[in-house]
Amino acid sequence: MIDYRHRLKPDYKLIREFITNGATVLDLGCGDGTLLEALIKDKKVKGIGVDIHPEGLNEAMGRGLSVLQLDLNKGLKSFKDKSFDFVVLNMTLQAMWDPLLVIQEMVRVGKKAIVGFPNFGHWQLLFRLLATERMPKTKTLPYDWYNTPNIRLMTINDFKSLCAGNGIKIVKDRYLSTSGTEIHRPFIRWRAAEGIFLLTQK
Amino acid sequence: MICANTLGGCSGSTGPKDLNFPIITIKDMVAAQVPLLDHLGIKELVAVAGGSMGGMMALQLSVDFPGRAKNIIAIATAAKSSAQNIAFNEVGRRAIINDPEEGLAIARMIGHITYLSEVSLTNKFGRKIQEGALASQKFGDPLFEVESYLKYKGVGFTKRFDANSYLYITKAIDLFDITNDLSRGEGRFLVVHFTSDWLFPEYQALDIVDRLKDSGKNVSYRVIESTAGHDAFLLEEEKLGGAIKSFLAGAKT
Repeated sequence: MIDYRHRLKPDYKLIREFITNGATVLDLGCGDGTLLEALIKDKKVKGIGVDIHPEGLNEAMGRGLSVLQLDLNKGLKSFKDKSFDFVVLNMTLQAMWDPLLVIQEMVRVGKKAIVGFPNFGHWQLLFRLLATERMPKTKTLPYDWYNTPNIRLMTINDFKSLCAGNGIKIVKDRYLSTSGTEIHRPFIRWRAAEGIFLLTQK
Repeated sequence: MICANTLGGCSGSTGPKDLNFPIITIKDMVAAQVPLLDHLGIKELVAVAGGSMGGMMALQLSVDFPGRAKNIIAIATAAKSSAQNIAFNEVGRRAIINDPEEGLAIARMIGHITYLSEVSLTNKFGRKIQEGALASQKFGDPLFEVESYLKYKGVGFTKRFDANSYLYITKAIDLFDITNDLSRGEGRFLVVHFTSDWLFPEYQALDIVDRLKDSGKNVSYRVIESTAGHDAFLLEEEKLGGAIKSFLAGAKT
């Protein structure tokens, strides 16, 4: 069972700031539609959600949302170039088989893309890995290594170099601590529990 | 809930008694059902739902009678019949034209295969041979269980269905192509596909979804895991029911 409760945690505030009023939004990994519904309410966006899990999709439909059951690992073939103002992928990239394809598709389909993901370079995780020699578990990453849906654990630096190497421009970047407050320099790469990036095609 | 016999059918509505009957279309079928709504005094349906040809009719209603149904549920269907759809139907029609009685049974046998899946046939029959059939085998009698099942289905069908209706209804399905009109469809849409449905594969469901989405409609798409083939829309009650129930719960009242 997937836990969607994190969806309206502090990261929502940052995502909301990136999105302009009345924009069109494609929410990838929309789950039960919590984020999309909030954006429709707060920012008057027009949006579509995409996910692969039936339970979440059914709940999202029950909220009157327009949601499609598609496998993101197959790309976004159903969507035309620049057909949305924003394509959002929040706390889902780490569960993708082919994260690069997903990011490339996001900046193709969206004029802008927003990606939020848990930073595996957080000092507590690094410390625990060093101290216990076991893959760390946290509130946002509560699984064992063999049953986790989060198959692509990456750090802030990993993500930045992936973007740099593939023609993807980071327009804005914001970071949250483990307690959900926004953090600023220095040592963001160790202190951030989550990074949220606004991207475009170079 | 209203279920109406279709134009061209053989259970009450006007249908063909021979081949002088004019060719009918899905559009005609829907146009013939709307007066029933008028007669019942129903201006607006909460939803119109249909599987296979019924899904085609649901889509057609949204285009030809905008606003008549607030929610449209199109299950195991397509925006247009594919060459393969037409090809299978044509084999059935040829069999009927050749011999209406025997031909209708053969048409149903072919149809029935297209409604199932390789997996469901294997699970149900495998290579099981009818008891005693091998010893007393006369060539032409069913030997494998799947053969006698198809024969039973085919013959049974001739007792409740009319060969002329089969010709006209399959032709209406073949002629169906709403691809250029779907953008005019009104309502909130749910499109459902079943994983093992090879008669209407996923690309056909996605074609409907994409056309509705690209014209700005509120459309949702659900894929339901099933090994039952096209027939899944009649069998997967729990999963399909769950999707429909959720979708209708989201209808603005």
